[in-house]
Amino acid sequence: MSSAERHAAESERELQAARCRYVLRLGDTALVLGQRLGEWVGHAPALEEDLGLANLALDLVGQARLLLTYAGELEGRGRDEDDLAFLRDAPEFMNLALAEQPNGDFAVTIVRQWLIDTWQLQVYRALAASTDTRLAAIAAKALKETLYHHRFSSGWLARLGDGTAESHERAQRALEELWRFTAEFFAPDEVDERVHAAGIAPELPGLAAPWSAQVDADLAAATLRRPAVASYSWHGKRGVHTEHLGHLLAAMQHLQRTYPGLRW
Amino acid sequence: MSTPGNSAAEEAERVLALLAAVPDPEIPVLSVVDLGVIRHVRRGTDGRLRVGLTPTYSGCPATEMIRAAVRGTLDRHGYPDAEIEEVLSPPWSSDWLSAAGRVKLRQFGIAPPVAPVSSPRRLWQATPVACPRCAGADTERISEFGSTPCKAHYRCRQCGEPFDYFKCL
Repeated sequence: MSSAERHAAESERELQAARCRYVLRLGDTALVLGQRLGEWVGHAPALEEDLGLANLALDLVGQARLLLTYAGELEGRGRDEDDLAFLRDAPEFMNLALAEQPNGDFAVTIVRQWLIDTWQLQVYRALAASTDTRLAAIAAKALKETLYHHRFSSGWLARLGDGTAESHERAQRALEELWRFTAEFFAPDEVDERVHAAGIAPELPGLAAPWSAQVDADLAAATLRRPAVASYSWHGKRGVHTEHLGHLLAAMQHLQRTYPGLRW
Repeated sequence: MSTPGNSAAEEAERVLALLAAVPDPEIPVLSVVDLGVIRHVRRGTDGRLRVGLTPTYSGCPATEMIRAAVRGTLDRHGYPDAEIEEVLSPPWSSDWLSAAGRVKLRQFGIAPPVAPVSSPRRLWQATPVACPRCAGADTERISEFGSTPCKAHYRCRQCGEPFDYFKCL
């Protein structure tokens, strides 16, 4: 093999690793948020919202299955969706740190959902045109579901924000608490840059303006104030998490960790 | 077993007719063909029959049951070597519900989707959903979501009955 060929092969391996990492990030964000929403089942303020949150969770876990299955194939070590979901530890999870934040009250759950919905809308819309046809197909499917999720979350954001003094205050407080995690949304690292250069994924900073416009429109409808610029960026997508992810994984992975290979 | 001499189109028709007897596990008045989840029936270059199946929603728990039921029907009717292929693109749409399926849904008490999904924007348009029981147009949405991923929950203000609405997506 000539040095040029070696270089090309090495470059291709790096691209595959970046692609795998990128798909894993999308899948982990969907999975972790889906698990969080599942914690509401039986506890939501009303039966209709209980069903609503469970349905969002179902869509997200479904998207995670498609994405993690693909990530496992790209990785090429024989791991399937279940291995990736149930047998990795927190530092190996690549989800946005916002997704793992605790449910809090209903306002926190709605604001967290709405922020991730608005982020996913931008990302999936762009990915539907990816040169990676498998990722494009998953994104096009997820986009339709995310549009429906956003209708739910932005509707509740408006009802809470433009509701009573109490609901407004709680929604604003949730927004102030969670806003700092949005700094991670559009901050690219070498993985994002690599997949963008290959035409697989959009340029992240380019999504910030349309995201911002959507967020401002939804906040105006909800009579909520946009918090100041988030100054610190979490690195959930690089495996650096808040302390909450470990607890979430303990609940989610308990059965497979205790009884490896258990099926029912 | 496929009958030699028949055209591919005739074979596809025959297989579709078999699959038209496979009910959706959650809305049994609909067949998987009515639901629009069977995307193609054709012979591959290797001669094997291929049946394309698409999920309605990414996380719909019925998908695996549908796959097993389609498998069973193919096995029992002479197509044990047929391959079921997952098709994700283009994504399933409620527009693919058959005309017969829409009638069956209404008779079953589920309001069919009101209009074509021409663009995602149509999610925000408030087209009235007629009550499947009394046909009254004065209805209200109780929840965006219902008992399965494909349904929302409504109530008729005229006859007072709650009902499911098959989401436009």
